[in-house]
Amino acid sequence: MGERTLGWGLRLWVTLVGLLLVAPTLIVIPMSFGAGSTFRFPPEHWSLHWYAEFFTSKQWLASLANSLQVGLLAAALATVLGTAAAFGIDRARFRARGVLRQLLMAPMILPGIVVAVAIYGVFLRWQLNGTMLGFVLAHTVLGVPFVITSVQTSLAHYDPTMEKAAACLGAGRFSTLRRIVLPLIAPGCVSGFVFAFATSFDEVVIALFLQTPDIKTLPVKMYESIVLEIDPTIAAASSLIVVLTTVLLLVPQFLRRRSHHD
Amino acid sequence: MTAIRPAGKPRARAHWLLLPAAAVLLVVFFYPLATILWRSIAEPEFGPGNYLAVLGDAVALRVVLRTLGTALIITAVTLLIAYPYAYAMTLVGRRARGLLTLLVLMPFWTSLMARNFAWYVLEQRGGVIERAFAAIGIHGVTLLGSVAGVTVAMVQVMLPFMVLPLQNAMLGIDRGLLHAAGSLGAPRPTAFLRIYLPLSMPGVLSGVSVVFIMSLGFYITPALLGTPQQALVAQVIGTRVNDLLDFPGAGALGAVLLVITLVVLALLGRVAGPVGASMTGGGDRG
Repeated sequence: MGERTLGWGLRLWVTLVGLLLVAPTLIVIPMSFGAGSTFRFPPEHWSLHWYAEFFTSKQWLASLANSLQVGLLAAALATVLGTAAAFGIDRARFRARGVLRQLLMAPMILPGIVVAVAIYGVFLRWQLNGTMLGFVLAHTVLGVPFVITSVQTSLAHYDPTMEKAAACLGAGRFSTLRRIVLPLIAPGCVSGFVFAFATSFDEVVIALFLQTPDIKTLPVKMYESIVLEIDPTIAAASSLIVVLTTVLLLVPQFLRRRSHHD
Repeated sequence: MTAIRPAGKPRARAHWLLLPAAAVLLVVFFYPLATILWRSIAEPEFGPGNYLAVLGDAVALRVVLRTLGTALIITAVTLLIAYPYAYAMTLVGRRARGLLTLLVLMPFWTSLMARNFAWYVLEQRGGVIERAFAAIGIHGVTLLGSVAGVTVAMVQVMLPFMVLPLQNAMLGIDRGLLHAAGSLGAPRPTAFLRIYLPLSMPGVLSGVSVVFIMSLGFYITPALLGTPQQALVAQVIGTRVNDLLDFPGAGALGAVLLVITLVVLALLGRVAGPVGASMTGGGDRG
C-alpha cells in the first residue's frame, strides 16, 4: 500500500490530539524548575529549589524508598506467581482453564475503587493496613495479570518439542527448565516484572486507603501535596517519575527488539 | 530410563502451576470482594436495606446517574477524537505511524499523579486554560472543580484505549472497497458510512466498552479535579469508607458499579469476543 498524504483537516486534527496527549508532560517538567511556592504556570522565576527540597526532605525520601521497596517486592512476587500461572494456562488442558484465566485477569478490569475499599476492609481486620506486607500483597495482585499476559506472549512463540528434544538428549527436568525453558521465556518475565513494578510504583487508590502517617508511598505523598498543602515539590517528583517510567518502559522494547535480531 | 515422558503426564501436572497465583488472588482479591458484598446485604441487619437506601436516596441516585452520564460523555468524546486520529494512523507511512503511536502511548508513560497534577495546574483558577479562553474573549472558564474538568482529563488518559483497537480494526480494512464504491458512483460520505464505518465497528465496540467501563471506576481524577457537590460514585464510595467507615453502604454502591461493569463486559463478550485481549495493553486505575 502506498503512502498517502493527509488532508489539511486531518493534519490539524492529529496535531491537536497530539498536543492534548503531550500537554501534561509539557506542564510538569517546566513546573519542576520553577522557583515560586504556588502552582502558577508558567513559573516566573527558575530554580532547582524543588529538586533540592525533594532530595533533602525526609518525608519525600521515605515515601520514595517505600514505593521502591513495595514495587520491587510486589513485582518479584507477581513475576513468580504470574509466570507459573502462565505456564499452567498454556499447558493444562481442563475445562475451566478459560474461566480461570479470566479470573486471574480480573484485577485489571474491575473498578479500582471497589477493589481498594474491599481490600482495605479485610486488611483492617487482619491488621495489614499500614504495613509493608499489606502494600506488597495488594500490589502483587494488581501485577499478576501483566506478568501472565507478557509471559503468554513469549510462550506463544515457544515450541514445546524443544523440551522433548532436550529430554531425548538426556537432559533432566530441572536442567531442561534452566537451560531451555527459562532463557526462552526470559524476555516475557522481564517485561512482566517491569510492568508489575510500574503498576505498583504508580498505584495510588489502594495505597491511599492502606497508608498511615508512618508509611506512605510516593503517589500518596504526591496526592497529599495537592490536597492537603500546596507543595510544588510534587512537580520535581512528577518529573523524576516521568523520566524513570520512560526508561523502565523502554527496557522491554529494547529486549524485544534484541530478541528479534537474534 | 524413559527419555521421552508420556505426553499426558506433564500436562496433567501443569494445572498445579496455577495454584499459587490462584491462592493469593483468592485471599487478597476475591475474598475481600466477597466480604464487602456480603456486608452490603448482611449489615446492619440482613436484607436489601443498603440497596433500597441507594435507590430511595435522591442524592445517591443522582450520583449514580451522573456517573453513568459522565462515563457516556467521556466515551463519546474519546471516540469522536480518536476515530480521525486512528484513521490518519492507517494512512501515513511507517515512520509517521511510529511517531503517532508513541504520542498515543504518552498517557501510559506519564504517571497518574503527575498527569493529574498537570491537569490541576492547567485547569486551576487563573491557569493556562482559563487564560487561553480569556484571550479569545470568553471569561471565567475555570474547569477545576467541575465535571467538565474531570472529563477533559479523563478523555486524555482514555485515548490510547480507544485509538489502539480502532487502529487495529482499521488496518484490516481493504481500501480497495472504497475505490470500488467510488467507481460504482457512491459519493465519498456514502462510501464511508456504508462501507468503512461498518467494517471498523469491531474496533469501535471494543474501544467504547473498555473506555466506558474504566471511566466508571475512576477515583483520583474526580477526587482531585472534581467537586464533592457533583460527586461521582467512586468519590462517594471513598468518602463513605474514609469518613464514616460505612463498609456496607460503600459495598452496595460498589456492587452497583460491579454489576454495570459485568453487564457491559457480558454484552461485549456476545458481540466482540473476550475483552481480555483489548484490555491487556495496560491498566489504568485513576
